[in-house]
Amino acid sequence: MTEKLIFESSREGRRATAQAPLRQTVDLPDHLRRNTPPLLPQVSELQTVRHFTRLSQMNFSIDTQVYPLGSCTMKYNPRACNTLAMLPGFLARHPLSHVSMGQGFLQTMHELQDMLKEVTGMKGVSLTPMAGAQGEFAGVAMIKAYHDARGDSHRNEILVPDAAHGTNPATAVMCGCKVVEIPTDDQGDVDLDELRKAVGPNTAGIMLTNPSTLGVFERHIEEVRGIVHDAGGLLYYDGANLNAILGKVRPGDMGFDVIHMNLHKTFSTPHGGGGPGSGAVGVGERLLPYMPIPVVGKDGDTYRWLDEKDIPGTIGRLSAFMGNAGVLLRAYIYMRMLGRDGMSRVSEYATLNANYVMVRLRDAGFDLAFPRRRASHEFIVSLKRQSRDLGVSAMDFAKSLLDYGFHAPTTYFPLLVPECLLIEPTETEAKEDLDGFVEAMIAILDESARDPEKVKGAPYTTPVRRLDDVKAARQLDLVFNPASVDA
Amino acid sequence: MAFIPHTDADVRDMLQAIGVDSIDQLFDEIPQALRVDGLKGVPEAVGEMEITRIMHKRAARDGEPLTFIGAGAYEHHIPAAVWEIATRGEFYSAYTPYQAEASQGTLQLIYEFQTMMASLTGLDVSNASMYDGASALGEAALMAVRANRKSRSGKILMPRTLHPLYRKVAKAVAGNQGLEFIEVDYDHANGTLDLKALEAYADEDLTALVIPQPNFLGRFEDVDALTDWAHARDAQVIAVVNPTSLALIKPPGEWGEKGADIACGEGQPLGVPMSSGGPFFGFMTCRQSWVRQMPGRIVGRTTDLDGRTGYTLTLQAREQHIRRSKATSNICTNQGLMVTGATIYMSLLGAEGLAGVATACMNNTARVVEVMSSVDGVEVAFAGGQFHEAVLKLDCPVAPVLERLAAEDIAGGLDLSAEYPELGNALLVCATETKSEDDIVRFGKAMADAVAAVAGEKR
Amino acid sequence: MSNVPGDLKYSKDHEWIRVEEDGTCTIGVTDHAQAALGDLVFVELPEVGSTLAEGDACAVVESVKAASDVYSPLTGEVTAVNDGLTDAPELVNTDAYGEGWIYRMSLDSDGELEELMSAEEYLALLEDEA
Repeated sequence: MTEKLIFESSREGRRATAQAPLRQTVDLPDHLRRNTPPLLPQVSELQTVRHFTRLSQMNFSIDTQVYPLGSCTMKYNPRACNTLAMLPGFLARHPLSHVSMGQGFLQTMHELQDMLKEVTGMKGVSLTPMAGAQGEFAGVAMIKAYHDARGDSHRNEILVPDAAHGTNPATAVMCGCKVVEIPTDDQGDVDLDELRKAVGPNTAGIMLTNPSTLGVFERHIEEVRGIVHDAGGLLYYDGANLNAILGKVRPGDMGFDVIHMNLHKTFSTPHGGGGPGSGAVGVGERLLPYMPIPVVGKDGDTYRWLDEKDIPGTIGRLSAFMGNAGVLLRAYIYMRMLGRDGMSRVSEYATLNANYVMVRLRDAGFDLAFPRRRASHEFIVSLKRQSRDLGVSAMDFAKSLLDYGFHAPTTYFPLLVPECLLIEPTETEAKEDLDGFVEAMIAILDESARDPEKVKGAPYTTPVRRLDDVKAARQLDLVFNPASVDA
Repeated sequence: MAFIPHTDADVRDMLQAIGVDSIDQLFDEIPQALRVDGLKGVPEAVGEMEITRIMHKRAARDGEPLTFIGAGAYEHHIPAAVWEIATRGEFYSAYTPYQAEASQGTLQLIYEFQTMMASLTGLDVSNASMYDGASALGEAALMAVRANRKSRSGKILMPRTLHPLYRKVAKAVAGNQGLEFIEVDYDHANGTLDLKALEAYADEDLTALVIPQPNFLGRFEDVDALTDWAHARDAQVIAVVNPTSLALIKPPGEWGEKGADIACGEGQPLGVPMSSGGPFFGFMTCRQSWVRQMPGRIVGRTTDLDGRTGYTLTLQAREQHIRRSKATSNICTNQGLMVTGATIYMSLLGAEGLAGVATACMNNTARVVEVMSSVDGVEVAFAGGQFHEAVLKLDCPVAPVLERLAAEDIAGGLDLSAEYPELGNALLVCATETKSEDDIVRFGKAMADAVAAVAGEKR
Repeated sequence: MSNVPGDLKYSKDHEWIRVEEDGTCTIGVTDHAQAALGDLVFVELPEVGSTLAEGDACAVVESVKAASDVYSPLTGEVTAVNDGLTDAPELVNTDAYGEGWIYRMSLDSDGELEELMSAEEYLALLEDEA
């Protein structure tokens, strides 16, 4: 199944006339005018609807397939969250309109801040970061601002465990810091001896994901806190895996000074084919003066924006307005529908599902990266043995799963574990769907022994088969050129 | 249990398979002392019926005012098909297209989007989008530092005719990496950047000049002269543009002798609702020679094992998940869903439809200017053309006027007096194609009443 | 087993160095390095005329799945770069020691040459790493 580019359906003079006012004459000097029209297709409304509906059908998605993509928390996105966030009163609100015209929205944001404070155990929340990576940026920028304000500008080293997401070191650099990598021990915990050696007078802080990207809870978290705080550094919590501990243990109680949350993971806002995300940050007492603006405040019964005047030490604005406001509405609606008890059920059933799939795969002969550990909400299978014995790689398994109707787990991350699949079923999958996934994995394992070439050629049932990435990068073709078709 | 499918029997079987007695036992690696006992600060759960009622009430409270504010977020008509299709589960609930074979829909759509944005801006290549227009400018400044090997200074000139919030965001996003943002004043009489104001920096090592078109005050900059001035000094040109306007006006790739090097801006006008400021999306395009310095996702066209055409993420070695601390940016996601909406919007409108929107915006704003110039106590700040925004000067403070207009359910513009004190009691207003003659007349009348009332109070 | 020509010198970062008759040095990445990187899709070259200290990151070799810095094994000035790699980065894969050379430099002093490894020493390093 392939679909032509929409430009290839374009015909001179065709228009979806219902959709825009007719072109009027306008007073514009010649030197400002555009001479050739932009390459936008000339198609009818039906052609457009059909084209994009067909494209949608070429995607895997949560709504159509099990999507056990580790570290991404691909859980069900309740439809009510979308429907209610798109009520006309919310969509029509201009971000700079008078606060009297936005009390419904602002109240909702204020309550969301309060709920997020409660589930994370932090003292303040700013909702503006537009993605996890921007939340990370806000967090490290606040740590830097804190040290600068104390005359400790030399503190510019950020400690990052080697298992961390690539965004962590990239963020530290964007904040003008240096990265110091900390190794992980053979059980997946931070190597405390190496940590003690790494801290010093230049330590700004540590960025930690807990449970880590290895799918296990950092058991020495209290020691880590002690070592870093004693050295004068602050602790940053990467909330990528908050889903695993929701309602069980709070980053604030673990001693973290700042955290970011991925609302598109833990609070089920849509991933949208790669965004929008939403990376709200929470801070402890020490970083309250540096929060990114705007934050929603309350004077008596009136909600209003807090800006530079209210938070003079702020690290500033990260978006023109208020971050991904519509995503925040969806998170709020989701949290209200879960309620207090629903929060802890998220982590309970996510953990149950992960441990169940882990045990079943182990029993079926797969090697676990950390067989002596509990899974958090995700776990790692290593196919190093199969790769050596059968010549079938983790990527081959991933592609083969697509033929069985399952989205692939995360492959080749974390980088520490060879030939790995990082599997996160999430709490919204039913037992029979998990069983289906396990059975598909077993079937691929059998096939790998019988006919490895077949597995290496997968997928066969998707709209295209494996793509030539090398050609894509060497012969860059990033925009359509109509001349290439005419020729 | 909301959204959790497990029956009691499922739980029993699963626990047995794992070999534990209770779900709680699965958390036994977390130190007991750290465990939290309930979340009292979170309210009890409500069902879909109750939350529907709550949200309807709040949305209704905010209402649907008659909006004459622009300033970076614009009310345009959005065809019904745009969000009907973009919120299909297959787009809405998919993730970043790492598994290309299972994501051809999203990938092909992004390739089409890249084509449209590159063409709209007159440049060679586009990425798959950034968070929003303001943060895209911050990233563009960092990109200019990487791309401009002739400059060592990291100095970026930003005219005061650039959106004040964009200037703040650029500093917050890029300021930690040694960039220096220098604000350049404008001609207070006509609202555009004056080449004379630039001359103060003529002999400095400059990394880039930012040129907004149309600028924040709604005016058209002399982009050809500004572009050539910057290039003559080996500075790069970063264009900040409104995509709707590009259906009519000269695209950045054609500015001056050589064209702008990088274009970026806010994509929201292309079919994304105002929604209190987000989610929007930033766009970024550039010349082919800088593509490896561009941050964010990029999709390329290639072939599969059987020789069929397909699409995949490419140039990933620039990105954080491979390059880690040496990546071009820490950016991970784009604003995929908003790009989906925008691509559908641009397809429905076509070049002619988008030009229709742009001309209607210009003419409606001209009509607002005409109506307001006959209101007592209101004058128009700058003579001459503007795109879809204009500055009005009042003979009384702006804030109480806006408050009175709000009471009439009119979002009457943006108060400029704090950011542009030299303009006095200045108000930035905007009229898009969504405003009818009746709307504009009503706005004029309400403005006359509000100004008269506020001026009367003062006396 | 990797191809390690006997007439070249090597660095621990898997670069090869050939001393030319005029005393300049030609530098590239070894056959082992290109095999580990996989199909190259781009090579970022240093600028002619730039000065490099030993250990400076001076070029980037990029495959689909990785981008690695090339560290200058010597101190001196870049006198030539292999522009052919701009359009054909795959030359590094197909002819690492020939058409796939990356840059040429003049040395501040010959002393550093003695720090480099011989082919035998480099082969031993590869065995240690395996």
